[in-house]
Amino acid sequence: MAGYIARRLLQAIPVLLGTTFLIYFMVFAMPGDPIVALFGDKTPPPQVLEQLRERYNLDQPFIVQYFIFLGNIFRGDLGTSFSGQPVSEILAETFPVTLRLALMAVIIEMVFGIAVGLISGLRKGGIFDASALVVSLILISLPVFVVAFVAQFIFGIQLGWFRTTVGPGAPTQDLILPAIVLATISFAQITRLTRASVIETDGQDFVRTAASKGLSRSRIVPVHILRNSLIPVVTYLAVDFGVLMVGATVTEGIFNVPGVGRTLYQAIIRGEGPTVVSFVTVMVLIYLVVNLLVDLLYAVLDPRIRYAK
Amino acid sequence: MPSNTRPDQQHFVAPLEETPLVAIDKVKAEGKPTNLWTDAWADVRGRPMFWISSALIVLVVIVALFPGLFTQVPPNNDCQLSNSNGGPADGHPLGFTKQGCDIYSRIIHGTSTSLSVGIIVTVLVAVLGITFGAFAGFYGGWIDSVLSRLGDIFFSIPYILAAVVIMSVFSKYANVWVISLAIGIFAWPATARVLRAEILRVKNADYVMAATALGVSRFRILLRHVLPNSIAPVIVITTISLASAIVAEATLSFLGVGLPSSTMSWGNDISAAQLDLRTAPQVLILPSIALSITVLSFIMLGEVVRDALDPKARARR
Repeated sequence: MAGYIARRLLQAIPVLLGTTFLIYFMVFAMPGDPIVALFGDKTPPPQVLEQLRERYNLDQPFIVQYFIFLGNIFRGDLGTSFSGQPVSEILAETFPVTLRLALMAVIIEMVFGIAVGLISGLRKGGIFDASALVVSLILISLPVFVVAFVAQFIFGIQLGWFRTTVGPGAPTQDLILPAIVLATISFAQITRLTRASVIETDGQDFVRTAASKGLSRSRIVPVHILRNSLIPVVTYLAVDFGVLMVGATVTEGIFNVPGVGRTLYQAIIRGEGPTVVSFVTVMVLIYLVVNLLVDLLYAVLDPRIRYAK
Repeated sequence: MPSNTRPDQQHFVAPLEETPLVAIDKVKAEGKPTNLWTDAWADVRGRPMFWISSALIVLVVIVALFPGLFTQVPPNNDCQLSNSNGGPADGHPLGFTKQGCDIYSRIIHGTSTSLSVGIIVTVLVAVLGITFGAFAGFYGGWIDSVLSRLGDIFFSIPYILAAVVIMSVFSKYANVWVISLAIGIFAWPATARVLRAEILRVKNADYVMAATALGVSRFRILLRHVLPNSIAPVIVITTISLASAIVAEATLSFLGVGLPSSTMSWGNDISAAQLDLRTAPQVLILPSIALSITVLSFIMLGEVVRDALDPKARARR
């Protein structure tokens, strides 16, 4: 296991360097003045331009600029937003809200996704299975901002069950609707993953053995089938994290949730390029760490992974 | 015939006709030979979902190519602010946008934008993904290491976030090609991974060894023998990536870093209508429906094709 962790950590280093380099390259190695390009059509005040030029060391050769940028990230210096607040400070303020929202979404999608997937898998080809397939295909096809607006309109405006925008401090009851919207993105994927996995496990020898020993179905299903079907669902969490980051940007923007996503959303809408770059860099770094953790968790759950290769 | 039974033991073999072996051994002499593709076609042909999704896709393509067949109303000019967010009227079956433009006409004329982005991204993703995946899987060794790590790097940045960064830098040049490039350049690693895994499985097959023994060059083996036999999962993922690309374009336009507002696009129209959700929800919902139906038809097609090409998926049905 220690060998596996070491190997996996070593593999993560080039990816970490590569992704940060790529983001930096996309922004700062382009022809023309990257600082001006980051503002699009808008003309920022000259002192802002001057400050950014200084910060990004544009007089240095490109590769030196990159290493200074990397050094800043690892010292926790992520630059300042346009209002003058350090990005790391904004992150510290907004991250807990997003974490709460994401956790609620993950719980909702996991509970419903696994339940629906399990029933579909056990009654393959039945009416429930067919309806679940139709619903999941429709949910996959709906872009998250459409789901968000429709939910906001129906449950917020028409029925008045939820507030359409989240109040200050983001009380948990206000986060329910955004969390449900966020959960719909991955719900379908989790359902289908669980279903396929349940069908495969249901055909395994150990399930037949359990049945022939006389165990009741109500014991076989949770203990033998479900537990062994959940491993692919756990690995999906890594992919899901990326989906949640993009989803949170849109959902938090629409529901005005004071989290990381809304901050990024507003920076994008206002054309504050440098802030966008800082946030995307941080998100990608978190994404890499989460992927690493899920990989390690996978190896703990499934010994075959550790010994492969 | 020497008996290998003991004296009291009976050795019984069922007559061949009574065993299922006859059926297994039976080879259809008449009729065309089947392969993966003819089997898949036979499977797909019998499924309503295939015909529904194909019909919808054909319709979307026709609308995109010939919008003039469906509406005579200009989508951009001829908008009157007195009609702002108005309901259906004579000759304007779906009502008007905030600017007083005809919603139906805007939906019809926005089709080609979504479809073009979808197709350009898909071609880009297929070309990059197949090239990287094929070389990595087939040649292995250091080529594989380099290409796979490169793929990991691109895979580690969620492609919408990457596209947001690219489009922030290139906002002045935003058009269908730039946005497609911004999406496609980060979306290919998934295709490359799928193809690489499939090639690793195929490249040790007997027919590959036979071709090698005959002296066929490595590159020719890759092109003629390995690729055609490992392309099936790529086709599935490509169909689905077309749908994802359409969603990605709409999301970027919604975030305001997509196409310029002068370009007719469903994402732009949805984005423009969000402030009036309370009073005129139909202005937002109608283009959303068009978007979702288009995406749904490609997702459904991908689903059917997956079931037909992947024997494991077929068994799960």
